[in-house]
Amino acid sequence: MNPAMSFLDSIFVNLKLWTLNLIGHFLPGWAVILASIVISGVVILCLGPVIMMYLTLLERKVVGRMQNRYGPNRVGPWGLLQPIADGIKMFTKEDIVPTNADKVIHLLAPIVIVVPALMVFLVVPFGRDMTAADLSIGVLYFIAVSSVTTLPIFMGSWASRNKYSMIGGMRTAAQMISYEVPMTLAVVPVIMMSQSLSTASIVNAQEGLRWFVFTPWGLAGFVIFFICTVAECNRPPFDLPEAESELVAGFHTEYSGMKFALFYMAEYMNAFTLSAIAVTLFLGGWQGPFLPSWVWFFTKTFALIFAMIWFRATFPRFRVDQLMGIAWKLLLPLTLVNMLVAGLWYFIPGITGWVGAAVILAVSFLGLTALNKPVIPEKRVYLLEN
Amino acid sequence: MSETILNEPQTLEINFGPQHPSTHGVFRMRAVLDGETIRGLKLVIGYLHRNHEQIAENLTYPGVFAYTDRLDYLNSMQNNFGYALAAEKLAGITVPERAEYIRVIMAELARIVNHLLLVGFLLNDLGAFFTPCLYAVRERERILDIFEDVSGSRMMCNYFRFGGVKNDLTENQLGEIRKVVSRLPAFLDEFEALLSKNEILCMRCQNVGGLPKDLAVNAGITGPMLRASGINYDIRKTDRYSIYDRFDFKVPLGQKGDVYDRYYVRILEMRESVKIVEQAIAGIPRGEFLNAKTLPLLRNPRLFKPAAGEAYGRIESPKGELGYYLVSDGTPQPWRYHVRAPSLINLTVLEEMCVGQKIADAIVILGSIDIVLGETDR
Repeated sequence: MNPAMSFLDSIFVNLKLWTLNLIGHFLPGWAVILASIVISGVVILCLGPVIMMYLTLLERKVVGRMQNRYGPNRVGPWGLLQPIADGIKMFTKEDIVPTNADKVIHLLAPIVIVVPALMVFLVVPFGRDMTAADLSIGVLYFIAVSSVTTLPIFMGSWASRNKYSMIGGMRTAAQMISYEVPMTLAVVPVIMMSQSLSTASIVNAQEGLRWFVFTPWGLAGFVIFFICTVAECNRPPFDLPEAESELVAGFHTEYSGMKFALFYMAEYMNAFTLSAIAVTLFLGGWQGPFLPSWVWFFTKTFALIFAMIWFRATFPRFRVDQLMGIAWKLLLPLTLVNMLVAGLWYFIPGITGWVGAAVILAVSFLGLTALNKPVIPEKRVYLLEN
Repeated sequence: MSETILNEPQTLEINFGPQHPSTHGVFRMRAVLDGETIRGLKLVIGYLHRNHEQIAENLTYPGVFAYTDRLDYLNSMQNNFGYALAAEKLAGITVPERAEYIRVIMAELARIVNHLLLVGFLLNDLGAFFTPCLYAVRERERILDIFEDVSGSRMMCNYFRFGGVKNDLTENQLGEIRKVVSRLPAFLDEFEALLSKNEILCMRCQNVGGLPKDLAVNAGITGPMLRASGINYDIRKTDRYSIYDRFDFKVPLGQKGDVYDRYYVRILEMRESVKIVEQAIAGIPRGEFLNAKTLPLLRNPRLFKPAAGEAYGRIESPKGELGYYLVSDGTPQPWRYHVRAPSLINLTVLEEMCVGQKIADAIVILGSIDIVLGETDR
């Protein structure tokens, strides 16, 4: 790596070290450690909301273009100040609480939902040596923390005392708990291969172009994981909890103003962190040639987010029973097979293992779909009569 | 909906509407749910009742035209057509050849507009977040531009008159219509390529909300909904009103009568409408666009006094059989004026189609019926 590139690559890390050194001249050692924590924390606390703000803009722009219109372009150049205008609007809106609502929980839910969304940022490796806290149980932490999201959503829906909200909340609980199972199991092969739960060492295990997605089990795992992430953050085509055409706004029907904005914020930050974790686990994280590591990381993450937005603009929504069917009848067995396949691939090196793994996965996928008796689009004949 | 269902501990009664994003207006469904499954469903209509019939009975015959626009506000041309037929029958007015052609062109363009919107919003109800809808609306805009050019208004056209139409079509306008219509088959091909075989769409629509033939007939269902159930009944073919016997077009029929059939029959109908418009443009003769004898009556509406009697004029509106029943007692006002609104009558089988399905299906079934509340509640 040439010097200019390595300078760019570690620019953020060096910036932090330089600041800490500067502080070290005036303050005692414990204060420097505290400052180190505070700097990382502040960066993450700012990064989350800023990413969320511009994700809303990106989504509206991309969906707009896909729908043959411009999207927001009035506030600031190319509409870049739109998120700020939205934020001001949200702050000035009246905060409506239904008369019969459980007021404490109604207030608590949007606050609680933001916390896990921000906490997940902690283990995301944004670039080389750019993990805020490289926990040795990083992946486990991510799964544990991100699954908390179900609770505040149900709190919000229950506290609203609204039937639409309640149905939305019920759907959320069912959907998120179901999809967590294949999501967690899809991660297992990655942990088996990298022999670590730390996100940073998982990325290190994908050195060069040995990204896990380029292996049969990695590809299957990635597809399953990504489908589950889309379902986890309630985005179309799995947006049943807030299904607009059925449940008005689902679990946040009774929320307005800043409380609604917090729900929205959590949703978008979840979309980002889940994509980021998918990139870390399967797409080589920040690994990649020529460009600085953090550029690679953000490029890959935004590619996945773009795919999510693309889904939103193009797919019709699933029905509840179909949604649950996919999780339990297709994705879950496939992840179990995938774990076995990953083991085979590891113990039979070379082309034999590769082809064998691919064949087993393909056969089990076809077998499962056949067993599921999927709804194959019927060929229908339409008579044209006089 | 029996009280026994409501009294079961598992059930939950929920109101869809009158303010709800997917009830296509101020329509209300009282649904009893068991989990996600619908156990009972009751329609509550009348939120948009505007006394249409009573108002019409206090107006002159030509004055009612503008009010018929507001019935099914998405295709005012067709509403005008039905009323014109009824009143012309009552007063015995003939329509010049050229006017008949213009009427057919406008009516079929209105049918395309209606079906485009229906298919777009049906996909919206399925959760496709406005994308198909906006592309459908793009094509609709071009047709609305024609309506604006011809009649002066995009939606409330008020274009038909007794014995003809309000304005003649110029050569330019005919060319414009030809251009717009020639785009449509390619658009429909694209639309279908993206949607008709989409697996999620098929999963959500096929074998959902089936309407058996006998129920459809007994309930008096008409229009694309009846034809999706496989019954060949198209008033353009059975009555051959206006000059529909001169055009070569087919009536698409479905087999199962589910949501998918209703969706697809409409797409096929759009293709047939395109054919009719093209034939009509090719065959339009020169001549008057309004019967000269009726002109003084239109200038002085109170002179329009049909002899005592009654008449029923019906057309195949995009939603079904749209009928106007007029009774005259020889005064300038209709003694009785009644509208047979297809939206209302097609809605009556909603409960039978929805019970036992999921909530999401009920919304889609409602979307596939194609209601406009202006017409349902009148």
